[in-house]
Amino acid sequence: MRVCRGGAAAMADREERRFAEVPRESIRLMAESAGVELSDDVAALLTEDVCYRLREATQNSSQFMRHAKRRKLTVEDFNRALRWSNVEAVCGYGAQDTLPFRPIKEGDLFFVEDREVNLVELALATNIPKGCAETMVRVQVSYLDGKGNLEPQGTVPSAVQTLSDDLLKYYQQITRSILGEDPHLMKVALLDLQSNSKIAALLPYFVYVISGVKSVSHDLEQLNRLLHMVKSLVQNPYLYLGSYVRSLVSSVMYCILEPLAASINPLNDHWTLRDYAALLLSHIFWTHGDLVSGLYHQILLSLQKVLSDPVRPLCSHYGAVVGLHALGWKAVERVLYPHLPAYWANLQAVLDDYSVSNAQVKADGHKVYGAILVAVERLLKMKALSLSVNAEGGIGGLPRPGGIMGCRESSPGLSPPPEPLSEPGLGIASHLHAGGAGCPWEDWTPVPLPAMYCELYSFFGDSLAVRFSTGPSLGNSPPAPLAQPPTTRKELPGGTANLDTARKMPQLTANLNISPRQDGSPHGELTAPSMVSGRSLARSSSSSSVQRSRSSSSRPGQRPSGLSRDVFPKARFNPLPAGPPIFSFVIGGRQMGRRCQGRRFQTTFTPSQPLSAVSSRTYAHKLPVIGRVGKPVRRWTCSQYSLHLPL
Amino acid sequence: MAAVQDAPVEADNEKEIKTETLNDAAGNHASAAGGVIPSPPVASTSSSGPAKAGGPGSEEQQTLMAVLQFLKKNNFVGAVDVLRREAGILEDSDESQGQELAASALGGAEAGDATCTLSRASSCTTSTPAVAAAPAKGGEDQPDVNVVLSAYSQQGDPALYQGYYSGLKKFVESVLDCHRAELSQLFYPLFVHMYLELVYNNHETEAKAFFEKFSGDQECYYQDDLRVLSGLTKKEHMKGNETLLDFRTSKFVLRISRDSYQLLKRHLQERQNNQIWNIIQEHLYIDIFDGMPRSKSQIDSMSGSLAGEAKREANKAKVFYGLLKEPEIDVPLDDEDEEGENEEGKPKKKKPKKDSMGSKSKKQDPNAPQQNRIPLPELKDSDKLDKIMYMKEATKRIRLGPESLPSICFYTFLNAYQGLTAVDFTDDSSLIAGGFADSTVRVWSVTPKKLRSVKSAADLNLIDKESDDVLERIMDEKSASESKILYGHSGPVYGVSFSPDRNYLLSCSEDGTVRLWSLQTFTCLVGYKGHNYPVWDTQFSPYGYYFISGGHDRVARLWATDHYQPLRMFAGHLADITCTQFHPNSNYVATGSADRTVRLWDILNGNCVRIFTGHKGPIHSLAFSPNGKYLASGATDGRVLLWDIGHGLMIGELKGHTDTVYSLKFSRDGEILASGSMDNTVRLWDSIKAFDDIETDDFTAATGHIHLPENSQELLLGTYMTKSTPVIHLHFTRRNLLLAAGAYNP
Repeated sequence: MRVCRGGAAAMADREERRFAEVPRESIRLMAESAGVELSDDVAALLTEDVCYRLREATQNSSQFMRHAKRRKLTVEDFNRALRWSNVEAVCGYGAQDTLPFRPIKEGDLFFVEDREVNLVELALATNIPKGCAETMVRVQVSYLDGKGNLEPQGTVPSAVQTLSDDLLKYYQQITRSILGEDPHLMKVALLDLQSNSKIAALLPYFVYVISGVKSVSHDLEQLNRLLHMVKSLVQNPYLYLGSYVRSLVSSVMYCILEPLAASINPLNDHWTLRDYAALLLSHIFWTHGDLVSGLYHQILLSLQKVLSDPVRPLCSHYGAVVGLHALGWKAVERVLYPHLPAYWANLQAVLDDYSVSNAQVKADGHKVYGAILVAVERLLKMKALSLSVNAEGGIGGLPRPGGIMGCRESSPGLSPPPEPLSEPGLGIASHLHAGGAGCPWEDWTPVPLPAMYCELYSFFGDSLAVRFSTGPSLGNSPPAPLAQPPTTRKELPGGTANLDTARKMPQLTANLNISPRQDGSPHGELTAPSMVSGRSLARSSSSSSVQRSRSSSSRPGQRPSGLSRDVFPKARFNPLPAGPPIFSFVIGGRQMGRRCQGRRFQTTFTPSQPLSAVSSRTYAHKLPVIGRVGKPVRRWTCSQYSLHLPL
Repeated sequence: MAAVQDAPVEADNEKEIKTETLNDAAGNHASAAGGVIPSPPVASTSSSGPAKAGGPGSEEQQTLMAVLQFLKKNNFVGAVDVLRREAGILEDSDESQGQELAASALGGAEAGDATCTLSRASSCTTSTPAVAAAPAKGGEDQPDVNVVLSAYSQQGDPALYQGYYSGLKKFVESVLDCHRAELSQLFYPLFVHMYLELVYNNHETEAKAFFEKFSGDQECYYQDDLRVLSGLTKKEHMKGNETLLDFRTSKFVLRISRDSYQLLKRHLQERQNNQIWNIIQEHLYIDIFDGMPRSKSQIDSMSGSLAGEAKREANKAKVFYGLLKEPEIDVPLDDEDEEGENEEGKPKKKKPKKDSMGSKSKKQDPNAPQQNRIPLPELKDSDKLDKIMYMKEATKRIRLGPESLPSICFYTFLNAYQGLTAVDFTDDSSLIAGGFADSTVRVWSVTPKKLRSVKSAADLNLIDKESDDVLERIMDEKSASESKILYGHSGPVYGVSFSPDRNYLLSCSEDGTVRLWSLQTFTCLVGYKGHNYPVWDTQFSPYGYYFISGGHDRVARLWATDHYQPLRMFAGHLADITCTQFHPNSNYVATGSADRTVRLWDILNGNCVRIFTGHKGPIHSLAFSPNGKYLASGATDGRVLLWDIGHGLMIGELKGHTDTVYSLKFSRDGEILASGSMDNTVRLWDSIKAFDDIETDDFTAATGHIHLPENSQELLLGTYMTKSTPVIHLHFTRRNLLLAAGAYNP
């Protein structure tokens, strides 16, 4: 029962499938594990009988559910049915929480994750959750004279648990100090929230407070504090978040994705907030994702929606990208990567607009660009890594520790858990967001690494720090990238750039070469999975993007010639007619914010030959938006650029 | 040749189906003879049968008839004419010939029937046909179990089953509309039995194919059973399967009008469809009635149970549904009067002043059982006091109706963690008890008065027994608390019930016991062991002392609190007994079952006096109307059905709930029926209107065929949402305030 190997395949064989069936091989495997060899026909007979007995037990167990006046069939019900038919009950599955069901892709093997439990530790544990409320009866007049609802229907009772005075006081103190002015007090309160074992009853209230993010979207400071509160709650080992995870996630998602009122002012560093929220999201997901089924897909869906909505401001897009990045490279591969071509055109348009009025938008665009770059670089790296591990591990073999599974265990930020991944295949995800207009990852097929690299290279060109070459001889000395910061301008004119691209069209071999980078990128020295795990999610995606932009701006003006397009090679656009060498400038700037330490942006532009009329474009909205560009994308490739840059 | 020997006796006994069997036999004979002639050995037995039973003359005639039949069938028109002329038989219709023949030679006809079955199963080796014929004719209630168990052993050609079934299907589709609905009833039982026969004889692939092909045709309310069936493809599996056992040991009852039945029979005879005919005779009980064929909706409203409809005679017994006479208690109008009068020792003066309460109780209800039909405990002083309280409260009762709906108070169990399984209120609404999945029973006081237990024996020795407030003194103040937990069961507690005097509490559990708890000491007094399987429900009698329990073992047991063994065992349900309820006069109990029937049992003699069919899912709630005339039942299909106990009729169907109805309650005066369900709603229904709308004229009373109003929505007075809390218990206070209870499911 635990191991249903190839169950899906066996079912597909039968034309009618009334029931789930335990395939013959499983029976044989189980028999083998008990030391019995079964012949074919015995196994067949036994299989049928096992299936029948299982169905019978399930049918019997349903009456225990009905009489317990529940809708959910529990393991306990099943065990009762077994016990009453004189069969040994199944132990160890009585937990209220749903058990994560994991597949191993290679072996087509599904199993219930069964972690080892240290009984001694459990027995001596002192962190037994307290504050579990006593069962009690409360009465209220629901309907007076058969009419009139005293309270709106269908809402959760205002007081599910009546709070004791102590709890009430605690609640007031904590919220006051967290949202108050004193940073020291806040720290103490957060620490206590992280370790207090008696606040289970207060959880709904705190969750409610946190859901107040929507009302303070103008105040970065408050948003930050609330996010810290989320973090403390999530880290509290005594709290069982249960379905509140959903509410917390939605609050955090709000901070990541929404065009916060605070971001209207460019001086506000809402980027850091988004980065932090994204980190928090991945943390919640990795530690509590099991509590809510389908959470992963819901998150992906909403991120993807934002990303594909051109009307959304760039900061929302940024949030979506860092969110995906935080959820791991598989999320990036599934959502961001397929969406990139469509999005790229829009982003390119913004980045190529050198008009004065566009400066702010452009700065934001660079932010997004940086975030995307970081995300896809990690995607490439991790994909290569996983391929190499697979190649070493042998085809079809179980992954070695340190392989895919190992990666997942040790560094949660890198790949999503296998559980949600298995869902699209099983068709579970489809009903999760039934009515949603198609999820792009439903019919998603993995793109081979070389193709992916090619495509990404066509977007990013040499900015892409990850390199692949065709062979060891080439790989040892990749011509351009070695010491090249991601956004460094290429020194070659356009024609050569094309050549360059063509030459580097990668043909991936088993021995790949990840070029070390010297730009201070966090994953630069990445050679082994253990290193990856060493760099935990403490590194935010933005920190690397910041560093990257900083490093590039540290050598301004180094760029002598070349078309601006080289920065963002656009394979899909017509190449400009070759002309006389044009100078372009890189201007580094500094965005000042209250808490930002030298967050910079930089932009390059070429002097336009005739300083013709600047396209007069006004933003109706204060926030930078891609979708609001007045001109068709095509024309941006040859538009006039302006030198004016408001700083 | 058992049939032959039995036949005359049965023919005498049978009043109703007599002519039926005659026709039956004659027709069979005719067709049988047709089939017999080509195979000499069998033909010889068939002719030898009548030879023993009937006279030689009849035998000759019979043979002639058979030959004629055969010739006719094969279109030997000339030969038929010649034979007719020579034998001197008039040119009549086959049917009338058969009847004449049957009338003249009863025994021979019966034998012909037997030969029919014999010839049918030429490959059959057992002697079952004769036995099989017997129940069909005799309509015996108790089939020989051994015979039934081995019944499936006969072999037909498994490949032909599909043909048989689709042949019947075609026939039913081709008959007149008015008969089609009735004959369609046959499909399901035939389908099941043919399938089981295939499985039993190890024709697994044919069985599967058969199921695949025809399972889609069955009525949707049989889905649950079909699911069980579809899983069963091996003979070995049939052994332990309870559903199957039901199919095999009990006859599926169909009610079919005479006309439709004739049609069916003729068809089967013409087609020589003996496989089907055999199943009909062995496993089906066809209750034939005279009169109009029923419509589809009429049939649908009554079918759905595990074993078909109830036989008509099952609901013929007289039921004393009236209420018992209330004991005469002086009801003082108010407290001051009471004290004044009593002290002066002239309570009689009060009597003429007594209001309706007193006068009502004086008249003996003609439908009521004798006062001492069931011995009831005598009233104690405290009971009398309580009665007085009750009557006082009753005067303040709000009269409910469509215009004045009750207020609803909801008792929400918080932090029950999906563990609340049963709830009960005391009649005076002062206590509430909950049974939980963690084997505990908890009792709460819902009044400011806290729960106190009696002092320990040592402490009780110390108190002054002569003092006036001794009842107060025996209570232990230190133990006062809002709630008490009763530990004792070793499995989920599925039912709780307070005794009417509030001194005891019953609880039943998965561990197979019913426990009696004292609410004075909050300890367990007795564990009643009798059910060896989970006990799903238990209920105190409205007069105390007796209680009923029912569970997985399909037997309801009647207990008295001072006996450790049951007084009565009510057996007859084909599946778990899921809920139990006492009739207000304590002479009857109703049980609802997972076989989708409600049965009413007479406590006096243990007989089953009513079987109500019509639910399409296991029944989970029952409620008697306060006047004892009606019964309401709610099931997992979300429907509430109303029954007239006296006539044994379904009189209403209340549709609206979308999930299992776990609780039903009539208001104190019976004007309103409240239903609470898993779908988080309480619904109020106009029961007066529901009862009045049905005129039970003599015809419907005689046949049991009712036309339900199409739309029950006009009976629905209100739908009240809870806050994601399934409603598992309802209770009307003495002043008609509706209390509902359930556990909040976040």
